[in-house]
Amino acid sequence: MEFLLAIMTGILYAAGLYMMLRRSLVKLIIGLIMISNGANLLIFLLGRITKGHPPIIKGSAEVFADIYADPVPQALILTAIVISFGLQSFAIILVKRAYKVVKTDDLDEMNTTDEEI
Amino acid sequence: MMQQLLLYPLLWQLFMSIALMFAWQHINIQRVMSIVGSAVGLVFSGMLFYKVLVYGTQTIQAGGWEAPFGITFVADTLSATLVLLTSIAGLAVSSFSSASIIPARLRFGYFAIFHFLLLGLIGAFLTGDIFNLYVWFEIIIISSFVLITLGGEKAQIEGAVKYFTLNILASIIFLTAIAVLYGLAGSLNMADLAVLIPKIENRGLVKVAAILFLIGFGIKSAVFPLYFWLPASYHTPPSAVAAIFGGLLTKVGVYALIRVFTLIFVGDVLLDEILIVIAVLTLFSGGIGALVQKNMRKVFSYLIICHIGFMIAGLGMFTELAIAGAIFYLIHDIVVKTNLFMISGIIYRIKGSNNIKSLGGLYKEYPKLSLLMTIPFFSLIGIPPLSGFWPKISLIVSSFNTQNYLVLGAVIFASFLTLIVMAKLWSEVFWKNPVDLPKREHFLYFNKMTTTRKLQMLLPIVFLTGVSLYIGFGAESIQQLSTRIAGELMNSQQYIEAVMPKS
Repeated sequence: MEFLLAIMTGILYAAGLYMMLRRSLVKLIIGLIMISNGANLLIFLLGRITKGHPPIIKGSAEVFADIYADPVPQALILTAIVISFGLQSFAIILVKRAYKVVKTDDLDEMNTTDEEI
Repeated sequence: MMQQLLLYPLLWQLFMSIALMFAWQHINIQRVMSIVGSAVGLVFSGMLFYKVLVYGTQTIQAGGWEAPFGITFVADTLSATLVLLTSIAGLAVSSFSSASIIPARLRFGYFAIFHFLLLGLIGAFLTGDIFNLYVWFEIIIISSFVLITLGGEKAQIEGAVKYFTLNILASIIFLTAIAVLYGLAGSLNMADLAVLIPKIENRGLVKVAAILFLIGFGIKSAVFPLYFWLPASYHTPPSAVAAIFGGLLTKVGVYALIRVFTLIFVGDVLLDEILIVIAVLTLFSGGIGALVQKNMRKVFSYLIICHIGFMIAGLGMFTELAIAGAIFYLIHDIVVKTNLFMISGIIYRIKGSNNIKSLGGLYKEYPKLSLLMTIPFFSLIGIPPLSGFWPKISLIVSSFNTQNYLVLGAVIFASFLTLIVMAKLWSEVFWKNPVDLPKREHFLYFNKMTTTRKLQMLLPIVFLTGVSLYIGFGAESIQQLSTRIAGELMNSQQYIEAVMPKS
């Protein structure tokens, strides 16, 4: 399982970066989404995967006697997912707006900011 | 009541932004609320600063969960100073934007988002938890996205595409770094990490995490090879927005670099060398970039990059004196860069253009205003006894002491480049004979404004110039403050014990 996740994380990062380096605006957004999903998987993976041991202390004990799954990475991922969701929706609207205003989705043609005004 | 003083500047900005949303369409009410609210925020920050100065580092464990389990808010002298400076810049820009931002933009919740941005900045300075720092960074960038696109002009949208891509990428790299760090140490509290990281045997992976932090924060603080988003975007939004961005956003990146590399990843020779090389290249590329630009705000954007190099150089040399120099420069830079962008905003309102070729004759038309503007210009260059001069002494002395002659050369060369750039700007914009500019329709020129609006634009510049003058003439107290901050940063034990008292 860890091996699979590690490969998957690597693929997501690589594919995301590749997509970001392309010239189309839409592919840029897809790339960003892929990388941020890769980062989430990485947190999950590096938080160590423990199967079948939920972090619940038995009524009779005061501390964990056994190994347990760390809940913190999952909380982190949840936060990161919500944040990236907000950012991505903003990004999609911005790209749509940029397409309307600039009338191209080619990043190489977005040079207005380099002109001398 | 006073124990929670640490959270007041933070909660006040949150309250302000919510309250401002209730006055959505009433922009006059919003203007007054924002200025008064920023002044109250400044009082809270001042109280916090005073308390930290007198009683030492303040901490709050959110929800009563002891560190390292809960989220800790820490105000050491560095954080308190930066919160105070944020509030000073916030008050100035709030007043400036109430006059210079057109009502069409104000109607779309400009002030509410502006206070959200201040909330994010103050939160980032105060938090003691690395993941919480990430969340504050996200609050900062999402508010800055709204501010940079508000108005939706073509250049703005294009600048925003570049700005948001690189900033989101920086956040993701930062998140990756946090993931690696958590996998290594199993903790997110910065004080706890400072204890745990030196004990970890897998030094290679620690180095990887450090480099990831360097890249993530490097993009945000716009250091050499990662700065290209900054000159492509900072000149597109209105000057008031550019003022708060230029004054504070890159400085949050610098703050995060200083915090992470003095607390968590300490004593890595390779990292220090990388930082020094980056600093030197940033000084060169920013200075030379500023030399060839025609747009006034682009000149200032490149100067931001150039002067980030001074702070990174101080961090790279890693002696108490060098860090004191970097902190002093940080304090000076926040005030002066905010001021510069506001000045470019006033010039834009007077002439209707920011291109230095088509400007001219400002000294003839507005002699008093021009003389006022020379003070921040001279502070920026570092002409003694103004504020930019003093931190350079610390930097130059410590580059002698640590035999970093490359840094020594770069610091002097970058100061010289700044001098040339400002001299060129002065002769083009102020001394040259006026160029006939076509009158723009539907454009509110400065001399058509009411007296109140004029004052709202001029007073913040006078205010920040006064602060700059204080930093310059009261350099001894600022130097003492910076030395104290550097001492605290070099002895991280103090920070760790403030967060996690030994019971």
